[in-house]
Amino acid sequence: MTKLLFFGRARDAAGCSEMICDLPANVETVAELRSWLHQRDPELGSVLMARDIRVAADHTICVSEATSVRGASEIAFMPPMSGG
Amino acid sequence: MIRTTITTEAFRPEAELNAFMESRGDHIGAIASFIGYCRTSSAAGTVKHLELDHYPVFTEREVARLADQIAERHSLDALLVIHRVGLIPARDPIVLVAAQNQHRAEAFAAVAEMMDYLKTDAPFWKRESGPDGARWIEPTAADYARRAEHAK
Repeated sequence: MTKLLFFGRARDAAGCSEMICDLPANVETVAELRSWLHQRDPELGSVLMARDIRVAADHTICVSEATSVRGASEIAFMPPMSGG
Repeated sequence: MIRTTITTEAFRPEAELNAFMESRGDHIGAIASFIGYCRTSSAAGTVKHLELDHYPVFTEREVARLADQIAERHSLDALLVIHRVGLIPARDPIVLVAAQNQHRAEAFAAVAEMMDYLKTDAPFWKRESGPDGARWIEPTAADYARRAEHAK
């Protein structure tokens, strides 16, 4: 099982800050994860498809859409960050 | 010494800064600091409070990593970063950054750089709430431009 975390406007789109899901075997990369979520929930998926929402797998930012998320126990969707 | 704190608790910048000043060594010639507050109004109107989201563990680690890099780049003797998260009422302090160096130029530069990183690169998500509802605040082009200056 994988825990998906949502921050900022991704959290609003998901309606929750986290959800547990069972990623299918054919979801290997960041791009495939976005597509799978889009198929499952087009409304949430259309927000998560935005490339300015970065993805981190187990606390490491995925550097490209081709980065593998296979085996990650926690995957975070992070819109542009702004502190201070 | 480098100290970074992410906290849901209100903090008193004057007390934190005073302790930081007292801790300085004899060779310190300069301390520069910055305090960021939650304003009572913004371009969108009245602000009741800010809500700052963070990613526990990841945010703490990233802020500590950025602080280490900046302290090294500017040869700081000490760097203090306190950043509040959660619900922050208008007028409350949000962030305190302070740097110690022998000379002022490095202290000023380090504080400015840390703030520019916090505005664009640190895992925080900020939502402003007023009478007309809430909106997420994302970095502006000017924020990214200032951040890019440090990469040169």
